[in-house]
Amino acid sequence: MAAIAPKVQPETEVALDAERVRKDFPILQRSINGRPLVYLDSGASSQRPLPVLRAVEEYETHSHANVHRGVHALSQAATEAFEGARERVRRFINARSTKEIIFTRGTTEGINLVAQSYARPRFKPGDEILITALEHHANIVPWQMVCEQTGCTLKVAPIDRRGELVFDEYQKLLSPRTKLVAVAHVSNALGTVLPVKRIIDAAHAQGAVVLVDGAQAVPHSAVDVRALGCDFYVFSSHKIYGPTGIGVLYGRQELLDAMPPWQGGGDMILSVSFEKTTYNDLPYKFEAGTPNISGAVGMAAAMDYIEGLGIDKIAAHEQRLLQLATAELERIPGIEIIGKAAHKAAVLSFTMEGVHPHDLGTILDTEGIAVRTGHHCAQPVMTFFGIPATARASFGVYNTEKDVASLVAGLKKVREVFG
Amino acid sequence: MDLKELYRDVILDHNKRPRNFGRLDPADGQADGHNPLCGDRLSVFVKMDGDRIEDLKFEGKGCAISTASASLMTEAVKGKDKAAVGHLFEQVHNLLTQQDAPAAAELGKLAALQGVREFPSRVKCASLCWHTLNAALDRGASTVSTE
Repeated sequence: MAAIAPKVQPETEVALDAERVRKDFPILQRSINGRPLVYLDSGASSQRPLPVLRAVEEYETHSHANVHRGVHALSQAATEAFEGARERVRRFINARSTKEIIFTRGTTEGINLVAQSYARPRFKPGDEILITALEHHANIVPWQMVCEQTGCTLKVAPIDRRGELVFDEYQKLLSPRTKLVAVAHVSNALGTVLPVKRIIDAAHAQGAVVLVDGAQAVPHSAVDVRALGCDFYVFSSHKIYGPTGIGVLYGRQELLDAMPPWQGGGDMILSVSFEKTTYNDLPYKFEAGTPNISGAVGMAAAMDYIEGLGIDKIAAHEQRLLQLATAELERIPGIEIIGKAAHKAAVLSFTMEGVHPHDLGTILDTEGIAVRTGHHCAQPVMTFFGIPATARASFGVYNTEKDVASLVAGLKKVREVFG
Repeated sequence: MDLKELYRDVILDHNKRPRNFGRLDPADGQADGHNPLCGDRLSVFVKMDGDRIEDLKFEGKGCAISTASASLMTEAVKGKDKAAVGHLFEQVHNLLTQQDAPAAAELGKLAALQGVREFPSRVKCASLCWHTLNAALDRGASTVSTE
């Protein structure tokens, strides 16, 4: 008798169930101005799911003391939670070692740390820092400060009308004078996903190190710092459904080892006397003072949460919403979408003819719809497109087709008010 | 919150067709105003006859509230002396920030801005032009910011 082959279930890709996901986010139950909240501002800050809220509460309720200090049980519990979070982050971005994971207050602090501790002591007049024309102010100003401090020069690679980096021009600006390239992984104002792997490879060919601002990328895609080959990667917890006030600087160990501490204080030292202080090893060398312990715990829980849902599924879900919203908005007369890159994250910037984004935002708010309006901390991008501001809808794991429909209805209301 | 209160017909009209829009050249005083929060920028130009505003114009890019407020302001202050302008600014400031305060009769069409006080994030939009006018009157030429 022939053996009956076991029936193999075909692997079906089950799409993300956003309605179920929504139940994890208590804030989405509240109403704004008498309407159900339609939250389309995750690009500015995402909301927190129950597992994150509970992890923070659990830590604060049962495990809090200072880290790396006492022999007592709570200090050890807190240290375990904090260092456990560091290992969680390491796995999340596939770093080699937890020594390469520095906790910061967020993306901005990570960039400033690299600017002041890596760039400032090394760079000289004639050296160049290369950024792109679509950077957030946080990836412009710290480098301008280094230029003032050292006499080095800031160069800017241009973008085109679609909001894409002009790669040829970028490549032309690279030279042996280029010491550092600092580039967004995803543009916060336009949604453009930059070809960071190509950018990094081209920079390395000229001997420059590369910092990637991943604040807007980490919520929408799996990031593997070793596959990218970047030297520094920075991001914030609060854009990946974790708490505010905590973020990550990843740096290649050999670079971090060679960098002096940025801030002095407790935890970053091995021994202190009035004659000589010996600095601590990585990663503690860069973590002066008592850190944001519950923030780290919450961020780790957020990473568990989004990996549990599946980052690829989240990305696919958000792409569906982006495509739907783009198609719907293009049908509304007078709407112009700003940022039409071929490869975009779930960020939709737009203007409406005859209506300032600020008025548009106020009217949507009365309908319970939260969008960001303004220059998105990217004034050079606004200047490039010749506009003072845009409205920006950004989508997260909990948004649905219904939210897109509410946005469209809200925009029709704006049109009604302004005639 | 009532949108109709914020975007009254007078506001929408002055936004669409701002009065006294443009530059004065030469001007006796000029100032630039900037609201970094929303990117609004406007310039106010004044021509003086002694202590009295003989003529004024404004130009810039802003939201409906800031454009309409500037347009209404230019109509209200033309021909007034500095003391009267200062008094009017005080009345407008009260209108924008004090809940329940009835609009003073002397405000005239400026009373249309009353709805703004229900929207605290928009008060700066309405007051930017007044701060800019003050700077133009006080110091000849300068830049003011709402932040």
